[in-house]
Amino acid sequence: MTTITTSPVTTAGDRGTRAAHGPGAGFLTATAQTARRTILQYARTPQLLVLPTIMGALFLFIFRYIFGGAINTSSVDYVDFLVPGFLVTVVLWTGMNAPAGVAEDANTGVHDRLRSLPIPRAAVVTGRSLADSALVAWVLVVTALLGYAVGFNTHADFGSVVLAFAVMLAADYAFTWVFISLGLAAGNAQAAQGMSSILVVPFTFLSGAYVPVHSMPGWMQPFAKNQPVSVIINAVRSLMLGGSDAAGVGHSTTYWVLLSLAWCVGILAVFATISVARFSRTR
Amino acid sequence: MTPIIEAHGVTKRFGEVQALAGLDLVAESGQVTALLGPNGAGKTTFVSAVATLLRPDSGELRVDGIDVAAEPRRVRQIIGLAGQYASVEPAMTGKENLEFVARLFGLGRRSARVAAAQVLEQIGLVDAADRLVRTYSGGMRRRLDLGASLVGRPRLLLLDEPTTGLDPRSRRELWDAIRNLVADGVDVLLTTQYLEEADQLARRVVIVDHGRVIDAGTPDELKDRAGRDVIEVRPRAAGDLPAVEEVLAMVAAETPSADMDTQRVTAPIAGDGAEDLTTVVRLLDERGIALDDIGLRRPSLDEVFLNLTGQPLSTTGAGPDSDRVPARGADAA
Repeated sequence: MTTITTSPVTTAGDRGTRAAHGPGAGFLTATAQTARRTILQYARTPQLLVLPTIMGALFLFIFRYIFGGAINTSSVDYVDFLVPGFLVTVVLWTGMNAPAGVAEDANTGVHDRLRSLPIPRAAVVTGRSLADSALVAWVLVVTALLGYAVGFNTHADFGSVVLAFAVMLAADYAFTWVFISLGLAAGNAQAAQGMSSILVVPFTFLSGAYVPVHSMPGWMQPFAKNQPVSVIINAVRSLMLGGSDAAGVGHSTTYWVLLSLAWCVGILAVFATISVARFSRTR
Repeated sequence: MTPIIEAHGVTKRFGEVQALAGLDLVAESGQVTALLGPNGAGKTTFVSAVATLLRPDSGELRVDGIDVAAEPRRVRQIIGLAGQYASVEPAMTGKENLEFVARLFGLGRRSARVAAAQVLEQIGLVDAADRLVRTYSGGMRRRLDLGASLVGRPRLLLLDEPTTGLDPRSRRELWDAIRNLVADGVDVLLTTQYLEEADQLARRVVIVDHGRVIDAGTPDELKDRAGRDVIEVRPRAAGDLPAVEEVLAMVAAETPSADMDTQRVTAPIAGDGAEDLTTVVRLLDERGIALDDIGLRRPSLDEVFLNLTGQPLSTTGAGPDSDRVPARGADAA
């Protein structure tokens, strides 16, 4: 090692250069490095990568073949009704694993070490958000392919289908920040897991994802119709089935897409701010 | 020379708990300083403040002359932190972990590789460099964690209970690694609950309890100052215990204490041990008190701590968890 003389790393004990060492990484490098760390974690820990994928497939089959027969979706085949909504809920079902990882980093001193480094603290959570949303995107793609395998057909042009996926990716990124802020708030991995279940179960089941909202009791419908997950489902379904009428949700496709994006931007703004502030604060 | 750490009246409160209660400390450059104290003494809180992880409520804190509150980023450029856990990523190799931290210190790809390779050699993990950390033993992880705090070439290394939870062999290996660093000229602030560890590694030991510095000095100075030799007497008849106490009180520095269970009377002495012991033997003989046992012994380091703080230094069941759970690293228990 001592033969390399161009390196800024000098021989041990040289106090003069010790003082002038690494000034610290910038935002982009720090974001990329922390994202890479989490992605390697996912890629090399099969249970983190494979389990959510299997869970997605399992639930798809259960709804498609077990509940599907009993659910009446008058205008479209149940599989065509199900898959767009199911894909949107995959964003939440997969994303809900993220808080445990964030809480673990907080508890095992990883966050303390990263906070002690000369880097912008916001980069650490931003890197995390990129890695977590990439994991969700992966499960989304696999589940979509499985959806086609079990008989799903889009009834729209290629551009609309691409746009549908773009809306889901936007939702993915926005909800990732919700999960990061949950992980930062939770304190430990188990609490994080519990808190995210409490969030995910009502927002996925009290939505138009698996059954038409009009089959729910009247008092439940206002929430089920208007909560953000339902709005995003309406957008994705309208895009994939060739219009909001085909999806049976009223308004226009454009309306649902814009409303979805507005929700995503709002959620992103609020929860990214919370996460960055929470991570960056010096107690 | 500017002291590497200078703390004056540093306080920090977490809710009901006063973690730091006006801590004063000056750590000179060029040595290892050990913060020694029981769980909840405020050690981790102080290290966290030095590491810019938390802001003291009041007081002044400087690292290498830099005001921590005013310029935390400059402080972060010259410190390396190894906390109570091995905060390395199990799904990355040893080398990848070190390169990761090196890149965050702002080194380029190539320099990060060189720095990582140097550190791997320093901590004796060259052979395991390309193995995933999840295959490492606990001791290897701690050494890698130490390496991660070194890869940015810190001027000040902060080690928070670096050997807690390690088996004796791993502990000795880590001690060796730390000694090598010191030889390289890194200043070290370490916290420990183990007197032996402070004795082994530090030139200066600062005893902390309830968020304050109780005493400081070299290990020998502390033993001399706080740990006086002890005379211990066991009379044959339990009825003689009060008489023995009376005799010991004549030479002892403090009121002797009698333990009814073991039927022993002990007293720390002020003067010359041999002389006092002779006196005690003579006085007891004059009074015709028969003895089972009498002796003079050096104080243990535990007694030093006991003398200073009035409570024993618990080293059993003191895992990092008991220290962290209440305030998440705040050492506020």
